[in-house]
Amino acid sequence: MIQKQAATKDEIQTPWNVVVHNDPVNLMSYVTMVFQRVFGYPRERAEKHMLEVHHNGRSILWSGLRERAELYVQQLHGYLLLATIEKTT
Amino acid sequence: MEICRQDQALEIRELDPFLAELLRQVPESARPKDSAAAEERLFSAPAAAEERDLCAEWKVYVVPELRRLFQSATETVQQDLEQLRCTDKPFANCTLRIPLAHTDAWLNALNQARLAIAASYQFSDHELCDHYRSPLGNRRDLSLFQVNFYGFLQEFILREMEGNS
Repeated sequence: MIQKQAATKDEIQTPWNVVVHNDPVNLMSYVTMVFQRVFGYPRERAEKHMLEVHHNGRSILWSGLRERAELYVQQLHGYLLLATIEKTT
Repeated sequence: MEICRQDQALEIRELDPFLAELLRQVPESARPKDSAAAEERLFSAPAAAEERDLCAEWKVYVVPELRRLFQSATETVQQDLEQLRCTDKPFANCTLRIPLAHTDAWLNALNQARLAIAASYQFSDHELCDHYRSPLGNRRDLSLFQVNFYGFLQEFILREMEGNS
């Protein structure tokens, strides 16, 4: 029982990444706009992430609590971006 | 075809019957219909497959909300497209006015359509970059043209929104 509680606490405290994956259809300008809107990033930072997605196939947009990360992914899916959450390693 | 900002709307003027027809097809093209690939792309997984609980909950709680959001966007676009019912002169060029308040819905619906078409036809990166292919070859070429034409409209809307902010 104690073990289970510890695992749950660990799970809650483990940060999660919000990852956006490359997709050849979404326009670069559209992706930049979405990053600005969803995360409130200034244009330069949004563009940096967009280019990272474009060149490296993925970019970590945000890290933090799982619930918030899920909310971000839901918003990104609302804009039709390919986004997932993953535990930080 | 000419696109410009007119007061609180974007105006697409001198829209020939062919391009008008492509625009009429936006709501229909945005529906995945029988294409599993399109359905999978529009409603992609929120995490790797090992996160089974999250992926299962997502399908139950989030996907229906996304469906409603996408449906609402295509309905707004459908309303605007009523202007293209050129019943008196079916082969005349027409004008489409997109109110600025509807630009988000248009961006979303155009994106749905582009992604659904591209997923259904499994266009390669190379094909998607080929902006000069004639739409007249076959259905696949026409669909590729459709994806690029919708992308062109998205670019224009984005530029106008940026200029407006």
